[in-house]
Amino acid sequence: MSSATTIESAEESSYFAIFIYLSVLTAAELAVYAWFPGVVKIAFLVALAWAKATLVAMYFMHLRFERRTLAIIAFIPVVLVTFLTFMLLPDLTARLWAHADAHQQIAAPSGESSAPATPPPS
Amino acid sequence: MSQAATLDTHSHEAHSDVHLDPAESPLTPESWGKLGMWIFLAADAMTFGAAIAAYAALRMDNVNWPDPAQFLGITFTAIMTFILIVSSLTMVEALSSIKHGNMSRFQLFLGLTVLGGLAFLGMQAREWHELIWDKGLSIKTSLFSATFFILTGFHGCHVTGGVIYNSVYWFRGLAGKMDRSKASLIEIAGLYWHFVDLVWILIFTFVYLI
Repeated sequence: MSSATTIESAEESSYFAIFIYLSVLTAAELAVYAWFPGVVKIAFLVALAWAKATLVAMYFMHLRFERRTLAIIAFIPVVLVTFLTFMLLPDLTARLWAHADAHQQIAAPSGESSAPATPPPS
Repeated sequence: MSQAATLDTHSHEAHSDVHLDPAESPLTPESWGKLGMWIFLAADAMTFGAAIAAYAALRMDNVNWPDPAQFLGITFTAIMTFILIVSSLTMVEALSSIKHGNMSRFQLFLGLTVLGGLAFLGMQAREWHELIWDKGLSIKTSLFSATFFILTGFHGCHVTGGVIYNSVYWFRGLAGKMDRSKASLIEIAGLYWHFVDLVWILIFTFVYLI
């Protein structure tokens, strides 16, 4: 019983600290947004967003102090959405290739033929 | 807590006349509620996740995607983000108050949480109004506007739901129907509210900042 009370008070005393961390990380996001270039900016922003999301889930939603079952339930969508994103990517890559092919085929015979460019057979 | 639960399981195993699945027995009505909310949130997270993944695929495929800052006010939405984070803090403070039986503090913090949600919705309404009436965007204008309105609109519906959910307990508390024994209801409502905050953290990054 005493251990349960300690966990509970540890849980509650961390609330304000977590709020401060979240505010600081939001300020950091705005700084990254303003000053960092291109790909570096995107990488930092995604990392900061996941850090904030993890803090909310672990401390405000108490996942850190719960049975592991709940953490597994919470983690499954993260895994599935990551898979989903990669499942969408091959389709995306294929379409980008198709774009590149189409441009080449239109560009190559431009000097000789006046016929309108036709899309490549799919 | 967990020690007591473990002891309980052992005692069920010892007395085989108790017809309870040992794996099931530690679940109290409160933990069933919490488990149910987590399963709902996992399903909801899949919906948001699918929408965000589709948005990412569309955006990466489209070289003419506009810079979000061309349409969206970053400072304005940073304030909205901060308001939601503050309302998450007031929500955990409300939970901590009801756990200690401090009901006036509970009413204060739950009320502040509801106000935070309403402030967020008001700011979002202002943002949408500006985009639709001043900048002429609609869901049909472009892929940018379509994904923007769907993602922020779906999230806005969740905030509306959370404001209603929390106000129900605020009004019940006003009627004197809330006490320490109802703390687990507030914990479950809090899970929903923090989830809405968590999703906004991701949307703010993926839709506004990147």
